[in-house]
Amino acid sequence: MRSRGLFSRVALVLGLIFLYVPIISMIVFSFNNSRLVTVWDAPNSPTLKWYLALVHNEQILGAAWLSIRIALIAATGAVILGTLAGMALARFGNFRGRTLLAGMTTAPIVMPEVITGLSLLLMFVALAQLIGWPKGVGAVTITMAHITFCMAYVTVVVQSRLVGFDESLEEAAMDLGARPLKVFFRITLPLILPALASGWLLAFTLSWDDLVITQFVAGPGSSTLPMVIFSKVRFGVTPDVNALATIMVLVVATGIAISTVWMRHREKRRARDLQLAAAANL
Amino acid sequence: MRFSQAGGRRLVAAVPTVWLLLLFLIPFLIVFRISFSEVRLAIPPYTPLITWHHGSPALEVHWSAYKFLFTDSLYVSSYLYSLKVAAVSMLCCLLIGYPMAYAIARSAPASRSVLLMLIVLPFWTSFLLRVYAWIGLLQNNGVINNVLLSLHVIEHPLALLQTDFAVYIGIVYSYLPFMILPLYANLEKHDPALLEAAADLGARPLTAFLRITLPQSLPGILAGSLLVFIPAVGEYVIPTLLGRTDQLMIGRVLSDEFFENRDWPVASAVAILILLLLVIPIMLFQRAQRRELEATT
Repeated sequence: MRSRGLFSRVALVLGLIFLYVPIISMIVFSFNNSRLVTVWDAPNSPTLKWYLALVHNEQILGAAWLSIRIALIAATGAVILGTLAGMALARFGNFRGRTLLAGMTTAPIVMPEVITGLSLLLMFVALAQLIGWPKGVGAVTITMAHITFCMAYVTVVVQSRLVGFDESLEEAAMDLGARPLKVFFRITLPLILPALASGWLLAFTLSWDDLVITQFVAGPGSSTLPMVIFSKVRFGVTPDVNALATIMVLVVATGIAISTVWMRHREKRRARDLQLAAAANL
Repeated sequence: MRFSQAGGRRLVAAVPTVWLLLLFLIPFLIVFRISFSEVRLAIPPYTPLITWHHGSPALEVHWSAYKFLFTDSLYVSSYLYSLKVAAVSMLCCLLIGYPMAYAIARSAPASRSVLLMLIVLPFWTSFLLRVYAWIGLLQNNGVINNVLLSLHVIEHPLALLQTDFAVYIGIVYSYLPFMILPLYANLEKHDPALLEAAADLGARPLTAFLRITLPQSLPGILAGSLLVFIPAVGEYVIPTLLGRTDQLMIGRVLSDEFFENRDWPVASAVAILILLLLVIPIMLFQRAQRRELEATT
């Protein structure tokens, strides 16, 4: 018994090392002076010169700004559509079209991206022929594509949250005469808010990170950050990309740290409120 | 009141359904339809499905894209190679991910959330950059070769980049969380009393594992394996950055047909054939997903 526990724990530690070594090596070499990314230039390192190069790289800054704007809109759109789909699937029983909606919301999660990308582009081309819109591909078509594959993830997150808590609160509000819309905004929405927040963050990350689908539905002049990075690294390592990666890891780590502290704080406050409520009842 | 509620519900379900019909289902039908066309020099660069002869419509269906895929050995070998890469990567993910998920599920509740966060954290940083990080580790003058050379384990740098091995590493590295999370969700629910009972009855740990834990975790194994296998078949970024140049995976072939050769019908036919390969795994995944969501009620 003990030996098996040991085996799996060793595997866990080795697995975590495997997960983090590449990230750490990227961070270390972002401070390396040499252009040969993998040879450590000890006399002249660490240096911040790749970070400075990054700040002056108009192409990367422009692409990052475009990616942020697309991700903001795509994540918000995905949360709205994903919440509607999650509500319908979790709360409406066996309505007509349920199987269709359920199938269309889980399939994009596993669908190979080249297929999704190709089919979306061909649809946009066909649509342009039929009704004259969209006029060429670019930021708008990228955003629509991102909303589509991101909403699948949001739907799953919202749906699993909704089936997790019981409907009696909503039913009670209905019995007390609250209209469905009011029930949603006063009861359901606050309860699923954490799921919506994590769904939004997930959608933002997926949109910010997507390369393959974006390449299909992007046009000239609408290069997102992953597209710029990909065209740089396709032909080998470049040190400024290491610097960029380090900044992104730092942002994510900070974000996760803040959200963890905030969640702890919220839990503590809730526990205190419960205690206060219990004391008041005595 | 009743009526408006029913109407409201219909609207809530209708909005996402219409969006997905327009941007997910109909696009596939268009791909299907273009795969039965031929290339032509025009806008759009494929033949129409319906042509008009003296005022009456005629259906024009071409099989040439499919015929082409089966006559040129490049495509068949890319398909088989993609299936092999996806299957091997899936098995590696399972062999590495299972003990990891098991260790997390058996650890103290307080440390579980920290460990899970450590598993998920890399997922939140860019996928593209994590694959790129392996170029720096694997290339001829890369970190791994430098370490091995300085330790005198090897005398000449090993060719690690642009090999099957590099692709396996890349896929396992990127998809490992997708294997671990469903496995953990399953293993966490197991009742330790069953294992204790087995031990009391004299079962050795390995026997108890094989006859109790493993069969119970089959749904988790299935979900995790499908989450790795299906996207890995069509993987584009990892083989392009880390893989061989003499043997392409099918996702790259599709992309090249479209962007380099501008052959929309052949690219569409490749997509349809990938889907035919994946339709059974995808349906299995959807069933597993539905069961998982219904089991939590």
